[in-house]
Amino acid sequence: MPDIVLYAAEVTLNGLMAGVLYALVALGFVLIFKASGIFNYAQGVLALFAALTLVGIQKGQVPFAHLLNAMTGKHYTNFPWEVPALVAILLAAGVMVVLAIIIEKLVLKHLVNQAPIILFMATIGMAYFLEGFGDVMWGSDIKTLDVGLPQGINETIDSVTYNMFGYGFFIDNLDIVAAVVAVLLVAALTVFSQYSKQGRALRAVADDHQAALSVGISLRFIWILVWSIAGFVALVAGIMWGSKSGVQFSLSLIALKALPVLMLGGFTSIPGAIVGGLIIGVGEKLFELLIGAPFLGGATENWFAYVLALVFLVFRPQGLFGEKIIERV
Amino acid sequence: MFYREAGDFKTSYREDSQTFPIKFDRLRYYVVLAIAFGVVPLLINDYWANAVAVPFLIYAIAAIGLNILVGYAGQVSLGTGGFMAVGAYAVYKLMTAFPEVSIFIHVLLAGGITAAVGVLFGLPSLRIKGFYLAVATLAAQFFLVWLFNKVPWFYNYSASGQINAPERTVFGVFVTGAQTSAMAKYMFCLVMLTIVALVARNLTRGTVGRKWMAIRDMDIAAEIIGVNPLTTKLSAFAVSSFFIGIAGALFFAVYLGAAEVGEAFGIQKSFLILFMVIIGGLGSIFGSFAGAAFLVLLPVFLKNVLVGTLGWPTDLAAHIELMIVGGLIVTFLIAEPHGLAQLWRVAKEKLRLWPFPH
Repeated sequence: MPDIVLYAAEVTLNGLMAGVLYALVALGFVLIFKASGIFNYAQGVLALFAALTLVGIQKGQVPFAHLLNAMTGKHYTNFPWEVPALVAILLAAGVMVVLAIIIEKLVLKHLVNQAPIILFMATIGMAYFLEGFGDVMWGSDIKTLDVGLPQGINETIDSVTYNMFGYGFFIDNLDIVAAVVAVLLVAALTVFSQYSKQGRALRAVADDHQAALSVGISLRFIWILVWSIAGFVALVAGIMWGSKSGVQFSLSLIALKALPVLMLGGFTSIPGAIVGGLIIGVGEKLFELLIGAPFLGGATENWFAYVLALVFLVFRPQGLFGEKIIERV
Repeated sequence: MFYREAGDFKTSYREDSQTFPIKFDRLRYYVVLAIAFGVVPLLINDYWANAVAVPFLIYAIAAIGLNILVGYAGQVSLGTGGFMAVGAYAVYKLMTAFPEVSIFIHVLLAGGITAAVGVLFGLPSLRIKGFYLAVATLAAQFFLVWLFNKVPWFYNYSASGQINAPERTVFGVFVTGAQTSAMAKYMFCLVMLTIVALVARNLTRGTVGRKWMAIRDMDIAAEIIGVNPLTTKLSAFAVSSFFIGIAGALFFAVYLGAAEVGEAFGIQKSFLILFMVIIGGLGSIFGSFAGAAFLVLLPVFLKNVLVGTLGWPTDLAAHIELMIVGGLIVTFLIAEPHGLAQLWRVAKEKLRLWPFPH
């Protein structure tokens, strides 16, 4: 087989893995959009904040150390302990739940019935706030996140493909773990929303706020629930991305990458988020390999996803799996 | 009592349709113009020009441009940074290619080029609406920034990939380059802003503006009563991008002097200007000024307090600034979703009655 085909196949596989990670972030968006009609720009920053909190708890950092030091002139940095990974993850998940409650109480409660653009802007405001808050709380230096996930090249795939094609595929173990986790997460979410009482209530709210209220579903509880779930999804995404490339500011930018994924898949569809993520992950890697790097000077990954989504939407404005938009005067 | 609309009688149609039909508004407008053109230039120094006045004037132009698109025509755009970059690179290419032509014309031409690009990226708005459109305009943002980074022709093959504004004069006074005085920068931007604001104010009062608002309020209904969505939406994109292009050209040529596209015109700039429009008030020219002033002054104020007075390290201050800006935006949206312009309207209402509430 010619080299370029093998290489393209490897890139496609890696693109699929990257797509899974995009889909993880996009999932959080879809959950919140379906349940409350809010386009939550802060999802990426939630992931960053979750990862920062996880690292902070694990390493036993003193929260707000920098601020305290500036105010009192002392030098706090760390508590004399380290927390096991699993406990730290549970604690971080707890922090995300608390955060969801605070967001509902302080922000969302007061913005009921506002125009979608106002809610969108409010989430951008929250994103700014959380970004600053996370940095003040845990410091802004780049941190390494290690919760014991396997990393590095997968030897089995490498040797198997080498024996078959004479060319070893480079697939990161972490990406495989991420893919498995994503599948489990989607399965868990599906089971939760199909079979549990709260899950059904959640779907009812997503369907029709008024009708859900009239049968006695507490809208505010559902919002807290859905923001907690989105926070948890953000934590998972934060762990994956953080283990891959370190916990730093650029983590919050994956939210921007998740947007075209959403547009492609449709804002209201969970399968859409997954399929959209895979298409974009593979598409941008292949485009960069075949057209971007040889002819356009590279770095086309920055915009390819958006342009693809833009062109796609011109032909199908509601995305792949989105609900058909019906307008009446 | 202090704000009166009554007793202002007109005797001709001409008087009735002037830009500010109420006498008090007109008077206030002349006073503001007199202070801006007559008093401020005499007092201004380098610090005030660079930290406050010039960014305010330029952001006000950009905010007016974006407000036309978002506030009047209802098409949410997150591509402002990209369009400003088009204005900046257009003016750079024009300045270096035709050095003998006045910079004033170059800036207007840069606006025109940006308008053309804006129309191109506005085409999808005929099919896509709401958030889908907002995200689609991100394509413009990322694609344009990438384009200016990767194609050396745009930055004249300079080794650093930066663009540097050559020295240009208006009436023999330097307005770009290192020798420019604070006053010249201020006056050049002020003249541009005055023109833009006047044009915008009159466009939005006229047929074009009413068509935009009809499309904003309900596009299908507007179409049924005979508003052509194609020309209306695209004209909104064109006018908006024209102003944003002028703002980008001034931002690069007058304010920065040297620019690197990713840094100066990144996604953050798009959000900043959208914030100005929202905090100022959607669909209000005054709101664009108020929003720009608020978001230019706030960081300067916070920096002075946190670093200057409390003596905290700058990185910590920057993070706290992010928190405060974010918190203020949320608070603002909760307290007054219609922005500073609405506060001003309420204040006028109060002044009309005060001190006799009945």
